[in-house]
Amino acid sequence: MPATQSKRRTYYDELMERGYSRRDFMKFCATMAAYMGLEASGAAQISEALMTHSRVPVIWLHFQECTCCSESFIRSSHPIVADVILDKVSLDYTETLMAASGHAAEAAMHKTMEEHYGEYILCVEGSVSTFGGGEYCCIGGRSSEQILQETAEGAKAILAWGSCACNGCIQAAKPNPTRATPIHKLVKGKPVIKVPGCPPIGEVMAGTLLHIITFGTLPELDRVGRPKAFYSKRVHDSCYRRPYYDAGLFAETFDDENAKKGYCLYKVGCKGPMTYNACGIMRWNNGVSYPIQSGHGCFGCSEENFWDNGPIYRQMASFPGFGIEANADKIGIAAAAATGAGIAAHAIATNIRKRGILSSLQEEGKDAEEKLDNPLT
Amino acid sequence: MNQTRPKYTNKTYPVMLGRKLRRVYVWELPVRVFHWLNALAIVVLCVTGYLIGNPPAIMSGNEASEQYIFGTIRFIHFAAAYVFFFNFLFRIYWGFVGNKYARWRNFIPTTRRYWKEMWEVMKVDIFLERCREHVSVGHNAMAGFIYFIFFLMSGIMVITGFGLYASMSTWWFPKLFAWVPGLFGGDFVLRNWHHALMWFFILFTIVHVYLVMYHDYVEGRGEISSMGGGWKFIEEAQFQEDLRDTEEQEQKKKKEAAHH
Repeated sequence: MPATQSKRRTYYDELMERGYSRRDFMKFCATMAAYMGLEASGAAQISEALMTHSRVPVIWLHFQECTCCSESFIRSSHPIVADVILDKVSLDYTETLMAASGHAAEAAMHKTMEEHYGEYILCVEGSVSTFGGGEYCCIGGRSSEQILQETAEGAKAILAWGSCACNGCIQAAKPNPTRATPIHKLVKGKPVIKVPGCPPIGEVMAGTLLHIITFGTLPELDRVGRPKAFYSKRVHDSCYRRPYYDAGLFAETFDDENAKKGYCLYKVGCKGPMTYNACGIMRWNNGVSYPIQSGHGCFGCSEENFWDNGPIYRQMASFPGFGIEANADKIGIAAAAATGAGIAAHAIATNIRKRGILSSLQEEGKDAEEKLDNPLT
Repeated sequence: MNQTRPKYTNKTYPVMLGRKLRRVYVWELPVRVFHWLNALAIVVLCVTGYLIGNPPAIMSGNEASEQYIFGTIRFIHFAAAYVFFFNFLFRIYWGFVGNKYARWRNFIPTTRRYWKEMWEVMKVDIFLERCREHVSVGHNAMAGFIYFIFFLMSGIMVITGFGLYASMSTWWFPKLFAWVPGLFGGDFVLRNWHHALMWFFILFTIVHVYLVMYHDYVEGRGEISSMGGGWKFIEEAQFQEDLRDTEEQEQKKKKEAAHH
């Protein structure tokens, strides 16, 4: 099919061709509108956009990552999500799912980059290695950084999928041997939308992409660059165990009575109160569950540097330079004890070294006391 | 002149005996109110803050809907934080309009004299040397400087605290601090900083209370009660010397002003 012709074809056309009914299509639009938090008219806006807009080409790059973002995406609750973006409808290049390989694949990517210069959306999964010549992550003989810079140049917008692309994730954890670098630190002058998580929720990824397709604009972002629709609340704010938190009822260990009763997992290290994500609302695997519902605390996978930020099963980070077991409280208590000892020593030394002045004060006081006691002597 | 006002030297402390004490109004009422509100807020903030970081294991037959213990602890923390913050702001204001002993110059070393006095205090109060007894009427230079650090720490606590609070607040004011988590690399890191810095206030309080007792014990000038009535008591000779000092400084200032 010539490119000029495919450009005019809409998402709707493609989907009908693939055997979806209009009913399926409308259900998809309604589902996505709900996920994106749009008002009631949102479903109509989405359906209209998908019926009138020609497909937006997508290049999906994989760098230093585990492909869990792709896995999450293709498992999002509505099959059309995967079909719209991943299943050849829009996707012009992705190492994991495309049929082409080798030079043919590279050629396909370059064709998209040229024909749709300034139009395509660049999705990046994974971090970029900047150590040495970038030889720790090469595709087709070029480093991930080179590929990123080339593809970013003609991109309309860049979607940083997952924590790897947003903040480096586990590759960037200490000591970060490949100097894994997130996308926003390498790309200048292009909007980078961060969709963090390890992986991000499939519906969040789809919703972000769909927003760009539907409205032709970038979704509203927070200060860090994440779509506000999905990352403005903490996991804690929508947690169904929140009443136990407020009541002060906590599981002390994973197998105690309180854990069985479904109490809050705060004391076994849940990072929900510090993690901005939509897990509590959207949940995972078609809304079946999410970590807290499965009895394990949130470990903050969508937060920056979560691997280095401290123990998963405790609230308090270990204090830098004092070993793994030393948190701020233990050091604080030790410092308070040392201060107490110092004070005791100081008090004793004061009584010895300042005995002159102390005795004169005491003499004066006692003298007055005696005089008042026995005014006649 | 000098003959009628004998110099107060390190040899003179026995002379204190029987000397008349002068009452000096040092801490004005707003300063005293600030001090005690601040003390109360810090105690409440430390206790509730510690509990928020390390909640007690409550065993309860109640349903979650029937109790709100942790929520209450957090509420008290936030309420005390507002008291702490506005009280702190007030004290900064008072540092510009209050009396000599409340002025900002007591806290920020701007003169050589300030550094010299700090060294003096080190010698007398820390190394317990037997030199000229230290006799600042208000804050001594060392204390003032420590309070300056204390104020900086208070500022950091306010910023980190409101930074954490921003996302759960509906009021515009805490939302002004929404940029803070990004600066620290997320709520988790911010929270740990906020928690660790609590220990500064605990250690400060321990040392502060001890030193107040120490000064009261060694100097006998009513150090502890000064935060109640606002008065300290200094020897007449000391009063005269301070008076002469102030006069000299005034004259110096006048001369300099005339020079310009």
